[in-house]
Amino acid sequence: MSSTLHTPAQHASATKGAKERDTYLTADYGWKSWLFTVDHKRIAVLYLISIMVFFLIGGTFALLMRAELMTAKGDLFEAETYNKLFTMHGVVMIFFFLIPSIPAVLGNFLVPIMIGTKDLAFPKINLLSWYIYLVGGGATLYVAITGGLDTGWTFYAPYSSTYANTNVAAAAIAVFITGFSSILTGLNFIVTIHKMRAPGMTWFRMPLFLWAQYATSLIMILGTPVLAITVMLLALERTFHIGIFDPALGGDPVLFQHLFWFYSHPAVYIMILPGMGVISEIVACFSRKRMFGYHFIAFSSLAIAIFGFVVWGHHMFVSGQSAYAGFVFSFLTMLVAIPSAVKVFNWIATLYKGQVSLETPMLYALGFIGLFTIGGVTGLFLAVMGLDRHVHDTYFVVAHFHYVMVGGMVMAFMGGMHFWWSKMFGRKYPEAMGQFAAVVIFVGFNFTFFPQFILGYMGMPRRYHQYNDEFTALNVLSSAGATILGTGFLMTIVYFLWSLKWGQKAPQNQWDAKGLEWEKAQSPPPTFNFEDGERIVVTEDAYAYTYEESHTGSGHEVKK
Amino acid sequence: MWKDLPLYPEQASTIAQPVDLLYFFLIAVSAFFALVISVLIVIFASKYRKSRPDAKSAHIEGSTLLEVIWTVIPLGLTMVMFAWGTILFFDQARMPADALEFTVTGKQWMWKVQHPTGQREINDLHVPIGKPCRLTMTSEDVIHSYYIPAFRTKQDVVAGRYSELWFEASKLGTYDIYCAEYCGTEHSKMVGKVTVMTQQDYEMWLSGAVANETPVQAGERLFTAMRCITCHNSTSTARGPDLTGQFGKDVRLASGASVNFDAEYVRESILNPAAKTVEGFQAGLMPTYQGQLKEEDILSLIAYLKTLGADKSAQGAAAK
Repeated sequence: MSSTLHTPAQHASATKGAKERDTYLTADYGWKSWLFTVDHKRIAVLYLISIMVFFLIGGTFALLMRAELMTAKGDLFEAETYNKLFTMHGVVMIFFFLIPSIPAVLGNFLVPIMIGTKDLAFPKINLLSWYIYLVGGGATLYVAITGGLDTGWTFYAPYSSTYANTNVAAAAIAVFITGFSSILTGLNFIVTIHKMRAPGMTWFRMPLFLWAQYATSLIMILGTPVLAITVMLLALERTFHIGIFDPALGGDPVLFQHLFWFYSHPAVYIMILPGMGVISEIVACFSRKRMFGYHFIAFSSLAIAIFGFVVWGHHMFVSGQSAYAGFVFSFLTMLVAIPSAVKVFNWIATLYKGQVSLETPMLYALGFIGLFTIGGVTGLFLAVMGLDRHVHDTYFVVAHFHYVMVGGMVMAFMGGMHFWWSKMFGRKYPEAMGQFAAVVIFVGFNFTFFPQFILGYMGMPRRYHQYNDEFTALNVLSSAGATILGTGFLMTIVYFLWSLKWGQKAPQNQWDAKGLEWEKAQSPPPTFNFEDGERIVVTEDAYAYTYEESHTGSGHEVKK
Repeated sequence: MWKDLPLYPEQASTIAQPVDLLYFFLIAVSAFFALVISVLIVIFASKYRKSRPDAKSAHIEGSTLLEVIWTVIPLGLTMVMFAWGTILFFDQARMPADALEFTVTGKQWMWKVQHPTGQREINDLHVPIGKPCRLTMTSEDVIHSYYIPAFRTKQDVVAGRYSELWFEASKLGTYDIYCAEYCGTEHSKMVGKVTVMTQQDYEMWLSGAVANETPVQAGERLFTAMRCITCHNSTSTARGPDLTGQFGKDVRLASGASVNFDAEYVRESILNPAAKTVEGFQAGLMPTYQGQLKEEDILSLIAYLKTLGADKSAQGAAAK
């Protein structure tokens, strides 16, 4: 519990020797205080630890795959082992790393602080969502240990429902369970943002990170139930031979794809929208400037969330879906590209006449803009039906979604972690190391995934354990890049852990940034986020870097 | 150097060039935007580099005019891509009336093809140049996808329904066929070759004349062409018994009886595979090759199986 009653002025003068301030980290000790916590910040830390475990597991699977693909022959693993590797890589990275990464870690930590409140609307439900995530994750690890899964993360029927010899039903149940964790997080965010904003925190004063979290939460609660239904039907067909998807039982395999992508395409936006929110925060702070076209960025997040629900059929142009349905889905997909483009242009315009500095978070943000642009425009190649007939299910697709998922979301996650690290743990990461690792990751990423665009257009299908000799050179390049990329991530994890103990102590506002989390909350914040008894009143817009002093009204003074 | 690292596959069908043209258009647009964006980032990040700690940025809220411009221009460009790609796709979706009709059946993990004249082949496909070919396809089990990169075309093959694909080959040569939809363990071995031949050669091929082949050579060619090796191999996951060095030996059957692995047994197993299944293997996995192989083909296969593994045992005998 936060018991000390410092005024900000006292705090600035509080140095060594003074009584240590109570933070959410030091408020209580012992495992019970963590496992039964209802503090959104502690839950964010629990999520951070768990998703990093899954990130390392998923990353190991990826490196093993790249090792197999060093040679054209399938010589390192048996075909079946390779198939399990790419399946488990996809399942772990998507459901247990990417989807919870920014919402459950940074979102959990920041949403209440950014709107000026003590906690999320439903703190116990928040803790429940983490336990559900753990149960789902545990079930997935059980599947991995007891023989793995070889259906691909897409679970296409009837292979998954009838033909696969692996533990499909258990994996389906794991995904089913994990979905509820997303739903609860989304529900919590929506209610919190609607009902618990501090006085003066109007919708259009909210940081864009919150708009992005809000849009993401809408997708989570509307889309995830469909995934739950789909995998449940799959498990029913597999276990009880109820004919839903397998034509031999009277089902329709294309129906599975419709249901699966109805969730899984919007899920792609769950995996990128929160990242876009992070980038908006970072770009504004490191340009010392109000976000260019605030309203357009805010509404483009909602537009993406809405349009994202009506484009699923672009995964199915050659599946046997009617060409006229394809026509409509292709058209709608073109429309969803526009709000993403609008965001990119606004970020760049924000730099114009700013005061730009290139600390690690900004390096990741600028890297994100470049890589996400490539990921986005190559999405158009796949949305154009005449081209998709050639590149569908090739490495072109693999490269495209890694540019969006890794080049986009993971870069944003890394940028956000560096940006808010001192806020979360009160220590600075080593800046020079951070910049170096950011460059290593950027270079390694491009070496890994750019060659895959060429491989794809050359015709190399995805999910191939062995391939034609002509593809060897580009695959070797890609595998070499993966080792660079992996090294970069490991470096980052090491210096982050190092900084927890030996990092320089951070001031409250390391970046001299705007926003309640920087201006009003200590680093790390106390359990209820703000000083006891302090009533947060917001009187100015987000990103008030360039406002005259007269603009900054009473309740929201800038701390000197 | 570029010969070793080409950027697109061979253009071997009439639509390959139009598809590549659209691809290059998209690359040009993408490269343009990627370039503009990275150049702007570099210019802004250096020109507006933070000068003094207390320096203030310009106060700019935004510009509706700019927002409209960078909404409308990308929208216009994507509409061009959409229209162009859709026209191309619909050209592919409409089946030509005068095409040669092939049927394709996908099965874990092989492609079974029948020509309009009745000839069958496994995995490979022989087509004449300059004639539209229409493939009517279905699957016996999971979803597969028939993909010929050199023809820039692909279509999923789904059990319980027929899907269609057509192309007109425009360049002589041999190109890859892949299964593009993940279909299980040996997905990456569900591959074959399409051979584009002149009309004359195609007719020759249909009549089955391959000159100057010994029965063993013919049998080896058939053993590969019919993809017997996909199941009949020595790996632990093989779905059929390994045939190496088996000829002339006794084989235990699933029924408990045993049978001599002789010419009669080979012939029966090719034409009626379920009749005598070897112990430890599932009955009914192997399709019948009745009608796909002529009597002389079966004789060639028998000749080849006799030699398979024979040199090893001969060496072993010599060592003793």
